[in-house]
Amino acid sequence: MVARTVDRPTATRVESGGSVRQLALAHFGVAIGSFGVAAAMAMMQALSRANLDLPFRSPSLYYMSVTAHGTLMALVFTTFFIMGFGYVVAERALERAVPYRRFGWISFWIAVAGTLATVVAILSFKATVLYTFYPPLRAHPAFYIGLTLVVVGSWGWCAVMLLALRAWKEEQPGVPIPLAMYGFAATIIVWLLATPGVAAEMLLQLIPWSLGYASTVDPELSRMLFWCFGHPLVYFWLLPAYVIWYTILPRAAGGYLFSDPLGRLVFALFILLSTPVGFHHQFMDPGIGSGWKMFHTFNTFWILYPSFVTAFTVIASLELAGRARGGQGLFGWIRRLPWGDPLVSSAIFSMLLFALGGWGGAINASFGMNAVVHNTSWIPGHFHTTVGSAAALTFMGASYWVLPRLLGTRLELAPMARVQPYIWFVGMLLFSIPTHITGVMGMPRRVYDATYGNHPAAEAWTTLTSVSAIGGLLLFVSTLFFVLVVVFSLFGEKADAEDIQFAEALEDAGPRALLFDRLGLLAIAAVVLIAIAYGPPLWNHLQMIRFGSPGFSPF
Amino acid sequence: MNVDLYERIWMWIAAAIVVLFLAFVGVSTFAQGIHPPSHVETIEPTKVFEDPRFSRIGTPTELPDGTIEVQVAAIMFAFVPNEIRVPPGRRIRFRMTSADVTHGFMIAGTNANTMIVPGYISQFTTVFEQPGDFLLVCHEFCGNGHHAMHGRVIVDSAAAVVKASGPSHQEAH
Repeated sequence: MVARTVDRPTATRVESGGSVRQLALAHFGVAIGSFGVAAAMAMMQALSRANLDLPFRSPSLYYMSVTAHGTLMALVFTTFFIMGFGYVVAERALERAVPYRRFGWISFWIAVAGTLATVVAILSFKATVLYTFYPPLRAHPAFYIGLTLVVVGSWGWCAVMLLALRAWKEEQPGVPIPLAMYGFAATIIVWLLATPGVAAEMLLQLIPWSLGYASTVDPELSRMLFWCFGHPLVYFWLLPAYVIWYTILPRAAGGYLFSDPLGRLVFALFILLSTPVGFHHQFMDPGIGSGWKMFHTFNTFWILYPSFVTAFTVIASLELAGRARGGQGLFGWIRRLPWGDPLVSSAIFSMLLFALGGWGGAINASFGMNAVVHNTSWIPGHFHTTVGSAAALTFMGASYWVLPRLLGTRLELAPMARVQPYIWFVGMLLFSIPTHITGVMGMPRRVYDATYGNHPAAEAWTTLTSVSAIGGLLLFVSTLFFVLVVVFSLFGEKADAEDIQFAEALEDAGPRALLFDRLGLLAIAAVVLIAIAYGPPLWNHLQMIRFGSPGFSPF
Repeated sequence: MNVDLYERIWMWIAAAIVVLFLAFVGVSTFAQGIHPPSHVETIEPTKVFEDPRFSRIGTPTELPDGTIEVQVAAIMFAFVPNEIRVPPGRRIRFRMTSADVTHGFMIAGTNANTMIVPGYISQFTTVFEQPGDFLLVCHEFCGNGHHAMHGRVIVDSAAAVVKASGPSHQEAH
């Protein structure tokens, strides 16, 4: 690799304490609060997995807690954190005030109201339908309406972000969008392509049905609409983590982003490929033709490509940082990285866990192997290394970075912040590796009790489930550390906060980067791909003679 | 766009890896005929037990082509039947549907795995080479008794199989 040394240009100072500060902090508050509650739910599940005879243990509590954990983590924590971080990026990367902030606040309160409705429905045992809410399991209408409001609120955020981008574009014609904002623009487009699927499921099927206006629902149609949303959802989680890896990590590590244009290529590819892939979640479903499952398989494999490119660019950026810090030799630069900086260690551990997740993802996408692991504990093992690590751990690291800068305080309990990513990494390895293995052995996911009448097949996995329970406890300890650091820092000592600045690129955007700025064109191309991937199978589906299902609430 | 030489090489390698993965999938699909499992057939979910296509629940039936058809209904929280006996070395066609919510059907430690969605009939064909006692589990959350929904598939050469008198119901539909 080329080890060019470049003098670090002095970046223009951006005034801290900007005007989205309160808005962003409100979002982070909801995100981190949900994260804490969801982690407590996860600990109960870990204890259940260890098969401990606790007095409060019961199937209804277990399945309720799985629902709460999944919904709060996957849908509330991620969405609110991403929205808050997006506002910070829009203001600081574009170096101008975000317009329509009042609309942003309205959207925030809509999403908060939705979250409360959903959480109350879940915690009162009226919506134990898990975060995938497959009908004909029927929850209280507040669950569906609440989640829909979260999505509506997020659309308001998308609008504010895109208006901020347009205002900036008008002021700076001919300048490529700063990479951090480009990544968020891609995130927003992916979200706007993804959410109509779930909105259709909610508005046309589940809400009228749960309110009693429709007596039956077609569960397979729901599954198609859900997964049209469910897979791009994972890129909605992942792309902001990529923004952090590309535009914040290199600077925090003491170096430069290796290549800015390749970052743009990666984000553009995600816009195109995120959505027409959902059937790979439905390989084992009846009612969908084999040919369409194949088509989605081919698209799925291509989506590995931008992550392969990211692996190079981000590791090369880290190498630049390690060498700038005096690292020598082939691997000597690794030791020189600032491993005590919780953002840097979080991001690196996220990537290592995500490498495991990517490998597992390629297996899930291969329908032959998918038949062995579909709906087994392999799947939660897999997505805890992706959303539970690549996204969640990166977001925790980014919280340590962004919160003191927004608040103008010191990061309190710094030693706890320093060890927290290490505990998460070890805990996640202990949780996810055994969980992958028990999946291959045939242990289903989301079961209160996996003993199955002491069948030998079930006895074979008890040691491994105990190991994964220990991993779960470590993850909970890690979360406690994180929440404590954040709460103490909120009320921490005032300090001269550092600026929110993004990494300089070794290979700059250049004038040709403007090609990538044609986001509308990319979005249209993505819509065409989605129309090809989903149009005919949905049309065929609607032509079939189908029978609806009445609802059931066995919880 | 100026791309570093090493990165350029890596980008080609990464593309080659994806193409290689696709080649594996493509060869298995088009040359070996291994398709994603799929079966498109609907049924009224409230009338599963009256439907002639599920009149042989509990009676593995040999079809004219030698395949043994096993019909299973999934309900909260059991498989009907909960114990399935089939002979080894024969083509076994499982046909399943749900009478209430969405369930899953998985024979632990094998690739016999499908969703059971109400209103639809799931079907796959498999061969058990060796005799054995397999754990059958529901792998889709179906309510508070989900973990109690399990059974056994016993592969035994003495398993009773009835010969079908007429054509299989599958052909009739």
